[in-house]
Amino acid sequence: MSMTLTEKILAKHSGRSMVDPGETVWIDVDVLMTHDVCGPPTISIFHKEFGEEARVWDKDKLVIIPDHYIFTNDKYANRNVDILRAFAAEQTLPNYYDVGTDRYKGVCHVALPEEGYTRPGEVLFGTDSHTCTAGAFGQFATGIGNTDAAFIMGTGKLWVKVPETMRFEFEGDHLPPYIMAKDIILKVIGDIGVDGATYRTMEFAGPGIKALDIESRMTLTNMVIEAGGKNGVVEPDAKTEEYVNQRTEVSYELVHSDPDASYHSVYNYNLEEMVPMVAKPHSPDNKATAAELEGTPLTRAYIGSCTGGKLSDFKAAAEIIQGHDLAIDTFIVPATTEVAKGLSTEKINGQTLKEIFEGAGCKIGRASCAACLGGPEDTFGRLNGKEVCISTTNRNFPGRMGSKDSEVYLASPYTVAASAVTGKITDPRQFIN
Amino acid sequence: MSQDILKGKAFVLGKNIDTDQIIPAQHLVYSLNDPEERKFYGRYALSGTPSEESGLPQGNIPLVEDDAFESEFKIIVGGPNFGCGSSREHAPAALQIAGIQAIVSPSYARIFYRNSVDGGFVIPYESLEDLSKEVHTNDELEIHKNENVLKNITQNKTYKLKALGSVEDIVQAGGIFEYARKMGMVPKNEKVAS
Repeated sequence: MSMTLTEKILAKHSGRSMVDPGETVWIDVDVLMTHDVCGPPTISIFHKEFGEEARVWDKDKLVIIPDHYIFTNDKYANRNVDILRAFAAEQTLPNYYDVGTDRYKGVCHVALPEEGYTRPGEVLFGTDSHTCTAGAFGQFATGIGNTDAAFIMGTGKLWVKVPETMRFEFEGDHLPPYIMAKDIILKVIGDIGVDGATYRTMEFAGPGIKALDIESRMTLTNMVIEAGGKNGVVEPDAKTEEYVNQRTEVSYELVHSDPDASYHSVYNYNLEEMVPMVAKPHSPDNKATAAELEGTPLTRAYIGSCTGGKLSDFKAAAEIIQGHDLAIDTFIVPATTEVAKGLSTEKINGQTLKEIFEGAGCKIGRASCAACLGGPEDTFGRLNGKEVCISTTNRNFPGRMGSKDSEVYLASPYTVAASAVTGKITDPRQFIN
Repeated sequence: MSQDILKGKAFVLGKNIDTDQIIPAQHLVYSLNDPEERKFYGRYALSGTPSEESGLPQGNIPLVEDDAFESEFKIIVGGPNFGCGSSREHAPAALQIAGIQAIVSPSYARIFYRNSVDGGFVIPYESLEDLSKEVHTNDELEIHKNENVLKNITQNKTYKLKALGSVEDIVQAGGIFEYARKMGMVPKNEKVAS
């Protein structure tokens, strides 16, 4: 019987030879991740339900990465990190990345792969909707709430409804020089809508996807939740193995979809026909081309987050910004401390990315989720009033980056950088030949 | 589920109500355990919804009055894709703390739906059509659980709801832990067993 990649992983983890979309199965969990916003309530449910003396089911499989509200004076937010620290000590957890230490990482969805926790064929749950990012490594990864996470903490298991799979097949062997994965996913979400993949898997495949590097694949799977997707997957290949093998010694299994697996639907695209895309306020599916919005006035640009705060995102932005003054306030937030280090080592024409950004007057923040989701009022880059911001992040719901009065346009690092230079929404083709 | 009929005033919202609207991120810092802090989730429930879209069709009706911690409304009627966005369980929890008992929407975002059910916060009923265009905020509603029926007492109309299906057992039990204890998957803890 033929199965998709996702069906095979769920079958194996439920101890069965096969599963059908729509059925409910209990699966074994390989990794559970939580952070400072959802970790404390998860821990409290864990203790309430399993007892004050309870131990987590497998401490090697629990990863705690504080990343949301880190550089703030909010006392409640700081208390949440204290709760994580105390729990890590109580349970002697090896995989805790504490604030204020050399181990501090930053945004969990970028930190997880960096630290070797995203492995093909495995099941990863996290208390954050963008946990789906890890599907870029050919695994089943999805976001859950505190109660479900507490259940896993005690049992190592969770129920899931097996999703149907939608396949997005891409032709082409390279991205046009002005296109990034962000343009692709904004196009797809715009085509199918913010609930176009609800309860389903989004599988990205074809030569066009094989041509993408790992960070680009992560941008695609990161945003499947913006179409309602339960998870997103890219079939693992040599690039996946190379990335994963550099970061972990844990063995894993490459899982592929059968050629005759059945799909809910199949969509076809060609990389070479992509154009720079923008999602207008206040929904990720409110699509337009950058060219259509050319000239829309802006007051701020923001480059950061699990979607658009990886090293390749900053390289792209720096390519455009180098040698230019900026017309609007521009905030740079590396996703992780590793990305932050890269800003100081990666060079374009002899200048580091950091030098390029500082030279252009960008404000550079510390690795964390920062203003992607607003956060406490003193959060770096937060939109506290009527700002009109173009951002490499993943959501532009009302008030998402702070004030309900603000407006957010989502775009690729190329488009955000080009728009930062001009102060208006700008098609990056004006800067890239 | 103790009562067979849920009764109360409707609070109506449009489509794609995301979790940032349900509970804005700056409020996610309060403890859900501490009885005093917990109340703030009720106060700020749905405070991120643009005012003109809050309490349809009229709009500009907050779920919870400015200085209050609880709402006079009991049942939310929303458009499609209710609860999209983040995985924050604080969202269904905030609605429950505000006094909401059930939601009626033609469709839900997956994580919000799971969280509502597994945490036993609110019951997410699926309607056959988008009732957010028909029901008005302040209408008196009844949900007859055993018949899967929504009655609009104010407008004298009755609507069929979808059966809860595969999650019914978890809703009946009151959440995933209660369900798992019934099934023998999790040992009974002392508090629950007593």
